[in-house]
Amino acid sequence: MAMLNFERKYRIRGGTLVGGDLFDFWVGAFYVGFFGITAAFFALLGTALLVYGAAIGPTWNLWQISIAPPDLSYGLGLAPLHEGGIWQLVTICAVGAFVSWMLREVEICRKLGMGFHVPVAFGSAILAYVTLQVIRPLLLGAWGHAFPYGIYSHLDWVSNVAYQYLHFHYNPAHMVAVTFFFTTVLALALHGSLVLSALNPAKGEVVKGAEHENTFFRDNIGYSIGTLGIHRFGLLLAINAGVWSAICIVISGPFWTRSWTDWWAWWLNLPIWN
Amino acid sequence: MAEYQNLFTRVQVEAPHYPGVPHDPKGVWSRGVKASANYWLGKIGDAQIGPFYLGSTGVISIICFIIAFEIVGLNMLASVNWNPLQFIKQLPWLALEPAAPQYGLRLPPLQHGGWHLMAGFFLTVSVLLWWVRTYMLARKLRMGTHTAWAFASAIWLFLVLGFIRPVLMGSWSEAVPYGIFAHLDWTAAFSLRYGNLLYNPFHALSIVFLYGSVLLFAMHAGTIMAVSRYGGEREVEQVLDRGTASERAALFWRWTMGFNATMESVHRWAWWFAVLCTLTGGIGILLTGTAVDNWYLWAVKHGVAPSYPATFDVLPDPALNSGGAQ
Repeated sequence: MAMLNFERKYRIRGGTLVGGDLFDFWVGAFYVGFFGITAAFFALLGTALLVYGAAIGPTWNLWQISIAPPDLSYGLGLAPLHEGGIWQLVTICAVGAFVSWMLREVEICRKLGMGFHVPVAFGSAILAYVTLQVIRPLLLGAWGHAFPYGIYSHLDWVSNVAYQYLHFHYNPAHMVAVTFFFTTVLALALHGSLVLSALNPAKGEVVKGAEHENTFFRDNIGYSIGTLGIHRFGLLLAINAGVWSAICIVISGPFWTRSWTDWWAWWLNLPIWN
Repeated sequence: MAEYQNLFTRVQVEAPHYPGVPHDPKGVWSRGVKASANYWLGKIGDAQIGPFYLGSTGVISIICFIIAFEIVGLNMLASVNWNPLQFIKQLPWLALEPAAPQYGLRLPPLQHGGWHLMAGFFLTVSVLLWWVRTYMLARKLRMGTHTAWAFASAIWLFLVLGFIRPVLMGSWSEAVPYGIFAHLDWTAAFSLRYGNLLYNPFHALSIVFLYGSVLLFAMHAGTIMAVSRYGGEREVEQVLDRGTASERAALFWRWTMGFNATMESVHRWAWWFAVLCTLTGGIGILLTGTAVDNWYLWAVKHGVAPSYPATFDVLPDPALNSGGAQ
């Protein structure tokens, strides 16, 4: 059994959202639950469909395999399997697997008496994915607006969509999202470093605690957010990175169709300049 | 159930400010004694602000930063004929641009890139001195120097963009301009000039670590907040003397994905992901234009990107006859 030496006392029944005790068991290290079953189903089916799509496609080059959405002419209809239908099924499987995984996390949180911060944060990543692949294509009226599943092909999609709006960096929500991404990495570096530096001082030194951590930051930048605060702050930053990513893409097309550089004209046209 | 969530600090203790751990050895400068508290800051994190430590490197670093900031700002103000209203109106579009390509690595006149070079010099001195300060503070507090080395990774990317790559390319004109939209324009032009930076494998790695860092922080911060009712935020104590917070945090991930970090190792994951983001990013920028002229053609040559049919007639490369940096 893959169990940690303290694990047995935590393996208790209960906390499930669906199915009562029926799926309340573990397989190896993994907790199953009703949503473990659905997650496995969607993940395996989706992966199999991707492999099938690769098999009928032109290449086995891992970098170049691409499962593309249907042509724009199919609009929001169902496409034949070989003309984007696989992509549609894979997308259903992906959303099903992601949401199952999130709800399974909720069940594990309940079982362990923990808060729901992790599944809520995962929800913001799912939101960004669903916005890209479902909400925006729905608003634009065709599944063909979603990105293809492929390593280089999804990069091409990013380039092409970005240049449709001439210069995507001028998208204000994109600016906010990028700022949150960079700030999250900065905060992560500072937090990881600080904990490691308290735990791993020079040879012969005693391990330091929160007093030293706080002093280091107050000395250096005048403020220490504290051991609890850094996690609250980091969680807020990371969730915002996902949420603003979703916002910046959903406004591109459905709410703004021109160059993002033009959007800033409102600033130059403010009445206060006259 | 709401008691589990710990979204904001609900009870704030009012107590004398914590003066901080003494420095060892004690330097010439002593730490300030003034500190204040802010109630709304206390909702998220610690309410206490300060005391601040100046130090020699800190003072010179701040002065150098102000000089760099003023050079950029006054050049922008000069570019709108010293009109404050126009300065605010056009601020997002204003820029201090680097020298034109014909100056190469020579010192250009102030109006034609000299100010840009000087701003870069003072900004670099400021950043390097802040690194020294970070390192020295860790030593004075008898802590590890992990923060300084993570900072060094960010400085690496900064130096590649503004100094190392321009030197290798033989022209200051390769440096990034100072300006809000200007640096975005530089980024877009850079990507287009070198055949789409998305095909640059080090750019890809850098983005992997960028997104990976955000994912990792969401996972870690979420986990710690979720076990904060068991004292999970006292991470150092949990590393040395494992409590139920660590056990639950570990089991959450073990049951979710079959693997868990420990209370200490999750911070090593965090450190490496964040450090590798700018480290790989710097390598990607350094190779662009120096070793690789077109990342798309590079990717096709190495069989990773498909060769797309030409949509337009092949145009002569303007860089080959412009006399610019090549």
